[in-house]
Amino acid sequence: MNAREDILGRVRAHLRRDARNAASGRSALDAYLKARLQGPRPKIGGDLVMRFRAKSELLSSTVEEVTASPDVPQAVARYLAAHQLSTNAVCWPGLTGLPWRAAGIEVAARPATGSDLVGITGCFCALAETGTLMLCSGPETPAATSLLPESHIAIVPARRILAGMEDAWNLARTELGEMPRAINFISGPSRTGDIEQTIVLGAHGPYRVHIVIVRDS
Amino acid sequence: MENRAMHFKARAGQKLADVVLQDNLGKAKSKFVGMRARAIVEIDDVEATREAARVLRNRALDDLDLWLEQFERQATQRGATVLWARDGAEICQTVIDIARRHGVRKVTKSKSMLSEEAGLNLALEAAGIQPVETDLGEYILQINDNEAPSHIIAPVFHKSKEEISALFARTHQRPALTDIQALTREAREVLRPHFLSADMGISGGNFLIAETGSVALVTNEGNGRMVTTLPKVHVVITGIEKVIPTLEDLSTLMRLLPRSATGQSISNYFSLLTGVKKPEESDGPEHLYFILVDNGRADMVGGEFSEMLRCIRCGACMNHCPVYQTVGGHAYGWVYPGPMGSILTPLFTGLENAIDLPQAATLCNQCGVVCPVKIPLPDLLRKLREKQMERRLRPLAERLALLAWGWMARHPQLYGLATRLGVRYLKWLAHDGVRNDRIRILGMATEWTLGRDFPAPEGRTFREIYAARKGNP
Repeated sequence: MNAREDILGRVRAHLRRDARNAASGRSALDAYLKARLQGPRPKIGGDLVMRFRAKSELLSSTVEEVTASPDVPQAVARYLAAHQLSTNAVCWPGLTGLPWRAAGIEVAARPATGSDLVGITGCFCALAETGTLMLCSGPETPAATSLLPESHIAIVPARRILAGMEDAWNLARTELGEMPRAINFISGPSRTGDIEQTIVLGAHGPYRVHIVIVRDS
Repeated sequence: MENRAMHFKARAGQKLADVVLQDNLGKAKSKFVGMRARAIVEIDDVEATREAARVLRNRALDDLDLWLEQFERQATQRGATVLWARDGAEICQTVIDIARRHGVRKVTKSKSMLSEEAGLNLALEAAGIQPVETDLGEYILQINDNEAPSHIIAPVFHKSKEEISALFARTHQRPALTDIQALTREAREVLRPHFLSADMGISGGNFLIAETGSVALVTNEGNGRMVTTLPKVHVVITGIEKVIPTLEDLSTLMRLLPRSATGQSISNYFSLLTGVKKPEESDGPEHLYFILVDNGRADMVGGEFSEMLRCIRCGACMNHCPVYQTVGGHAYGWVYPGPMGSILTPLFTGLENAIDLPQAATLCNQCGVVCPVKIPLPDLLRKLREKQMERRLRPLAERLALLAWGWMARHPQLYGLATRLGVRYLKWLAHDGVRNDRIRILGMATEWTLGRDFPAPEGRTFREIYAARKGNP
């Protein structure tokens, strides 16, 4: 007997599965999938942007706000200069329209490589509950841009900051239809505590995450 | 992995005498407990959330066959291949077959406890395929001659930075570093080229989502993202019990898992991976395989130990266990240590192959109180002890003593007399003329007093006091 039939066969036997309870079980399963029942959620009151900002900073991200998209490159330039970081960056294709060159930043809209130092991305949305970015992979939004470079800069429109993960799933279902290949929730720089439970930032992914919130977008 | 659980007593003794290990355990244990306590209260209603998690895990397990079929359908529709493995040998063979099919020579791995169950690294090496562990802790173990992990989420819980520094200097042929940050950077520099050159990535799976056919991966280092983004083949190895119904259920569990495990509100990276890359995408695997593993799980379904299948592998039970905190993870002798290991090892590898593990607990229920999915761990340990008695797996003297106690307990008069005499005897043992509250050598259980004294009973027995005060409150 092949492994699949053997394993499922034993599971069915232990659950006393028969044709009748299989049919009722399947309709209960379909009903549960449709109901999308949520578990208990913490109350996220007040201003979502404020909460997102505070939580992000607790996770060792740095955050700043600008009033409109065209202000983003200047803000990024200030951040790069303050941390003495490279002004050569790799970015998502959709972001090349911003005035980067005027701010002194050279951006390349191509897949990130192991030697890129700065990666600039947008996000699908962000979560105020935990200070988390949600990035969906796709041809215009490759996953490696937020992973391989030492510094990750994320542009977050204020109106895309939602309360919690359940709201993000609903937005993805509405806007994307099916799930993208990879949804990456990012909460601060990569870290490890494996040696003596001491937290070190920059394990395999970025050493730093800088978030630019765009208020009026 | 070879099961050494039969040597628990001997190994626990060695671990107690290991000064370096005791120092490392002492430093580590309080951190996990304190961090979880601070993080878990961020959830408004912790108990309601734990209850919701228990219910949703049970929902999946009560119709496990149907949810697995649903998962398989969805995953296949998105271009993944779903394979099944009965045991460790089938896991190894399946992975090797996949590797050969795609001409794979190097594999980067993110953490997978199933890979430990199967002893996959040795099998890959034997097949001429290079496995590279990329979780910092797992990497340290791999270069230390494939040492076993001592904790499910902190594999080198037992090691000091000095030991790791010496190991890195020896393996990387570089000067020894003493700073933890510098050691982490060194590992990053060594592992980065492997990430970029591997042909295949292997990961575990924290959850399988039946609704979408996805795997959810929780990591902090980013290595999980690397091995599932860069190589052209991705293989997920995970237990059949890891399936959950919906993305909403995933959100509920994600409020509990990182908080229970490391005391984080959320892990740094949390990825939901569905299907293979589209032709126009620049990254992601072209081939995605799921290996759904039984290895003892299927026969736990619907049985008296089925509650253990709810386990989400957070490690909170071991972090809070006084036995684990004292002897560390290696004493348990197989993949899973602590209370969850003391239940899973006998169930997965045979009760007769892990005789001491169900006894390696004080039944204090610290583990039960912190378990995010409300597994009654002490009850399950007690049930395993009953099985041991039934199958006559405990020593004769112990079984006779328990039978005698059981008989006495059903005869209250005699029980009262015996406890009165027992107390007198213990007091007499403690009487050494200097201080009379400690027993240095306990007559019936001399092993117990080898490393510590036994406190002598004070005053009269409860029954004596109760009889004296009865009707006279």
